[in-house]
Amino acid sequence: MTAIDALKAAGLVLLAAIVQVSLAEWIEIGEAHPDVVLVTLVAVSLLRGPTFGAVLGFLAGLVLDTASFGTFGLTSLLLTVIGYWTGRFGEATTRSSPHPLLIAVALASAGYTLGSAVLHFMLGLSIPASQLFLAVLLPGLAFNLILAYPIYALCARILPPRLVVRREVKPAV
Amino acid sequence: MLDAPVRRGDGPPSRSGRAFRARLVAALLVLVSLALITVYFRESNDGPLHAAQRIGVSVLMPFEVAGERVARPFRDAWAWMSDLLDAKGDNEELRRENEELRRELIEARTAAQELALQGEIDAYVSGPQFPDDFDPIVATIIGRPPTPYQQEVVVSAGSGDGVRRNAPVVSEGGNLVGLVTDVTDSTAKITLITDQSSSVSARVLETQAAGVVKLGASSSSLVLDRVEKDKLVSEGNTVITAGWTTERFESLFPRGIPIGIVESVGQQDVDLFKRIQVAPLVDFDSLAAVIVLIKKEQPPEPQQTAKESPRKREQEKKKKRP
Repeated sequence: MTAIDALKAAGLVLLAAIVQVSLAEWIEIGEAHPDVVLVTLVAVSLLRGPTFGAVLGFLAGLVLDTASFGTFGLTSLLLTVIGYWTGRFGEATTRSSPHPLLIAVALASAGYTLGSAVLHFMLGLSIPASQLFLAVLLPGLAFNLILAYPIYALCARILPPRLVVRREVKPAV
Repeated sequence: MLDAPVRRGDGPPSRSGRAFRARLVAALLVLVSLALITVYFRESNDGPLHAAQRIGVSVLMPFEVAGERVARPFRDAWAWMSDLLDAKGDNEELRRENEELRRELIEARTAAQELALQGEIDAYVSGPQFPDDFDPIVATIIGRPPTPYQQEVVVSAGSGDGVRRNAPVVSEGGNLVGLVTDVTDSTAKITLITDQSSSVSARVLETQAAGVVKLGASSSSLVLDRVEKDKLVSEGNTVITAGWTTERFESLFPRGIPIGIVESVGQQDVDLFKRIQVAPLVDFDSLAAVIVLIKKEQPPEPQQTAKESPRKREQEKKKKRP
């Protein structure tokens, strides 16, 4: 993790948060909105690994909680876990895996929605399960899957994937 | 997309070391998040986290405002598209709702009209104008003449309901409509007083001038004919049925049923009678229901009653004796 990468990633997350607050919240199907911050976090975590993902998730959560006057730490908790998990998923994914980005975005979206529902339930708020699945989870999943490849392409351009340096091993004669 | 591999085996730290470090960082951040949630809930609104949040909001505000301005055209475009998509569904739903409301409105208005009509009928039947020796049969008009030359209507009551031929018919307000001229089991034909064949013996309420009401120049006007020139009749006078009775015959119409209002009165030297135009009180085009007046059954002959009376009186006297 270099300082340049960290600054770029922070800029990306800040940009994503602003887009989320100013634009994405207005796009609605059912009760779901596209989650630009989540998809950006997944993309960056896949590109830079779990540690980067966890830290970036924590910061993104703080920014979102601040911008939306939400419960401080709630979104940070969820996004930290998701960032870490996505980084691990990226490390474990092999080249033969079909569409790992879509799988990661789908699982992250579902995990974020369910985790958010559980946390809010623990804090005293509840939402009917049918509404959660039909009005929030499924439309949100569709939104995020549509956004996945464009955002990943943008993130990959700003934070290019690192190449593996393989050491040459001379065969013993 | 993920073809490019991440750095692996790039010297120390080792893979297990990096994984451990990542776990450690994630766990640490989770703990910090939990601590933030706890502190945020436990502290008051003036606490440090709330204050930091307020500062953060004010710092982020310019970015949000700028983002909102940039995003406004896209947002409007999305709202326009969304409204367009919703409009089709809304249109269909509103059409259905409109149809339903229209049907309910018609039902409500019909019910209100029927209620008002029934009220008028009740008021007339129980009022002093209703002739004593008649029974009312309320009937709805179910058929109108196909041509303007036939001044007849068909009503939904017939001989099965007690309607008889030559029974007088009045409107819900008690004004003269016509006469029953044909009867089936369940329907009856009423010839209106505006028919060419109709003639009703009438008199002017105010002056007692007598005459005969017949069809006038048009299908909706009447004339009071056979009124002698020396009788006084003025515009605005009310024409009612005469209801005459002789030893052998009796008028079909009971006495005192309003027919119309005198519109104009004229006389010429060469004419034998006055020329009196009468406007009927009934609007025959909007008539919905009528009352057929059925004469009550005649009481037993007075002679028989007289014969039976002394016998009854004797029986009563016997009963009274001890």
